[in-house]
Amino acid sequence: MTSIQTETLKVNDVKLTLRRAGEGETLLLLHGANGSASWLPVFEELSKKFHVILPDHPGFGDTAPPDWMDNISDMAYFYLDVIDTLGLDNFHLAGHSMGGWMAAEIGVRNGHRIKSLTLVSAAGIWVKGTPMGDLFAWNPQETTHQVFAQKSVIDQMLALQPSDEELEVTLKNRQMAARLCWAPRLHNPDLRKWLHRLKMPTLILWGDSDGIFPEPYAHAYRELIPGSQLKVYKNCGHVPMLEARDDFLDRLTAFTQGVS
Amino acid sequence: MDFFFFNLMPYGALDLDYDKKFASANLLLPNSYYDPEEGHKLYTRYLDELEYADELGFDGVCVNEHHQTAYGLMPTPGVIAGALARNTKNAKVCVLGRALPLVNNPLMIAEEFAMIDNITKGRFVAGFVRGLGVEYHAMGINPAFSLERFHEAHDLIIRAWTETGPFAFEGKHYHLQYVNLWPRPFSKPHPEVWIPSQGSEETIRWAAHPDRKYTYLNVYSPFSAVETFMSMYRQICEEEYGYKAEDRQLGLAVPIYVGETDEIAAKEARPHIEAFFNKFLRIPNELLLPPGYATIKSLKAIALAKREMLGGGKTMERMNDLGMFICGSADTVRSRLEEFQDRVGLGHMCTILQFGTLPHELTKKNMELFASEVMPHFEGRLRQQQSQAAE
Repeated sequence: MTSIQTETLKVNDVKLTLRRAGEGETLLLLHGANGSASWLPVFEELSKKFHVILPDHPGFGDTAPPDWMDNISDMAYFYLDVIDTLGLDNFHLAGHSMGGWMAAEIGVRNGHRIKSLTLVSAAGIWVKGTPMGDLFAWNPQETTHQVFAQKSVIDQMLALQPSDEELEVTLKNRQMAARLCWAPRLHNPDLRKWLHRLKMPTLILWGDSDGIFPEPYAHAYRELIPGSQLKVYKNCGHVPMLEARDDFLDRLTAFTQGVS
Repeated sequence: MDFFFFNLMPYGALDLDYDKKFASANLLLPNSYYDPEEGHKLYTRYLDELEYADELGFDGVCVNEHHQTAYGLMPTPGVIAGALARNTKNAKVCVLGRALPLVNNPLMIAEEFAMIDNITKGRFVAGFVRGLGVEYHAMGINPAFSLERFHEAHDLIIRAWTETGPFAFEGKHYHLQYVNLWPRPFSKPHPEVWIPSQGSEETIRWAAHPDRKYTYLNVYSPFSAVETFMSMYRQICEEEYGYKAEDRQLGLAVPIYVGETDEIAAKEARPHIEAFFNKFLRIPNELLLPPGYATIKSLKAIALAKREMLGGGKTMERMNDLGMFICGSADTVRSRLEEFQDRVGLGHMCTILQFGTLPHELTKKNMELFASEVMPHFEGRLRQQQSQAAE
């Protein structure tokens, strides 16, 4: 049984809150706009195979934002400093949604220490003619229907009654996500020019019913990253960690161990 | 207290059943609901009404800016202000306001306003706002930077109006190598500035600052809240800034309908004011309050109360009780406005005498009754509060 530890890491002027568990090769998980909750369904299982680190990004969850954190480029350079501070070398990087975008931005800036990259339902690029869903315009019910595909999951999510503190965290996460991603909406128009720099083995995982980034986004990433492999899950929305959990775990583990 | 005539220029021909299919008259309502033939008639009519307000002796005529909505047809209020600059003679032309953060170069607002100020020989009031939250969706501007952009744009405009150019403006959101305004404004040191707002304390504190002393214009709040905000303005002036606020620093914008009797007024106004609040101003919270536009504290309060800021179900009686609408005979309206003046010491009353679907004939009658039966009563009338207290 592994234990999940929460700790604080001082990086420049940021006190970064992170969860850490397990032993072995390091797998750094970057969460999306909704916070670290999306990785939690698989965190413990992954920590049986890897040394897993899941930070709350500045401005999300328990990490306060510095006033200079304005965009995903700032976030990518900040995480290069985090990687230095943690002394990570030959580690695996996986990012979900906005965290996938961050992972790609980190990788094109300095990919030498990244052994493998996994992008899950990742933001970061725009596919012409295929608009993203507008998560900032949806009410909570619409959001649930756009983010999840399976009725049982949708019903479960709609029945949740967030506590006062959870509500505050959700609002903070949304505010920081807007600051970083509102315009250009959830992408960097220049990123696609540099995705060829992602020379490490790369796995792309996506749901075919993702209401935020429709399936063509998965194929566009696959084409833009040389040698990358793609798995699209049927009847799965924006969070395959939840709606395709078993295969997701097997595939991510096998891919990451295969690279090791 | 002086009187201004505010025309929001709604698309009065709106099919009011739109809300069976769409959640808002803002942003999401397809523009197939807009008929240019009707639009032409409405622009003509609304301009006529604004010009008529000048003839009737109103101290000013007011327009504002909204985007992608049936609520107001002035995405570029400078066009209307430009027409009014020539066709009005005495009334101040007021743009209340332009949404500074929504533009990527605020120098264009400094230029536009300086032109109107020159054409009108200083008969101009500049309003600065952040824009409604929904307009950050409409214009693709990041709401999380709204306040930063507002302050920076404001500083740029005031400096452009008052400093000799060319100079460089070095901001975070706006960085310009050359600021050298042609024309310079006519008014010295610059046009009068008003700040329309719904009552945030930060805005009030900023507007009241001795360097600015801008008029705070409250819009769409119950009168009890208006009273709180205006007392706050006066208190901040006295306690933090060490000066006494003048009445001219406080203004209120409110829809008003005057009829021959209370009964006639209520009967004539009801469908139009209810359409105004329930149909034209219908905006779901997700659109009205995008993340970053308001503080976490206020968003949390709204989420916990599951409150619709501008939803439906508002009756005329309720709006009347709250003081968000003033309706009745001239006598009733006079005494209501006297009460407002005496309780907070208002300098400016911006009357919204056309609202929602109110047709031209009723608008005209409303304007005439207001100008002949209500306005003269307030000529030279001062706030009564002090004298009563002294008795």
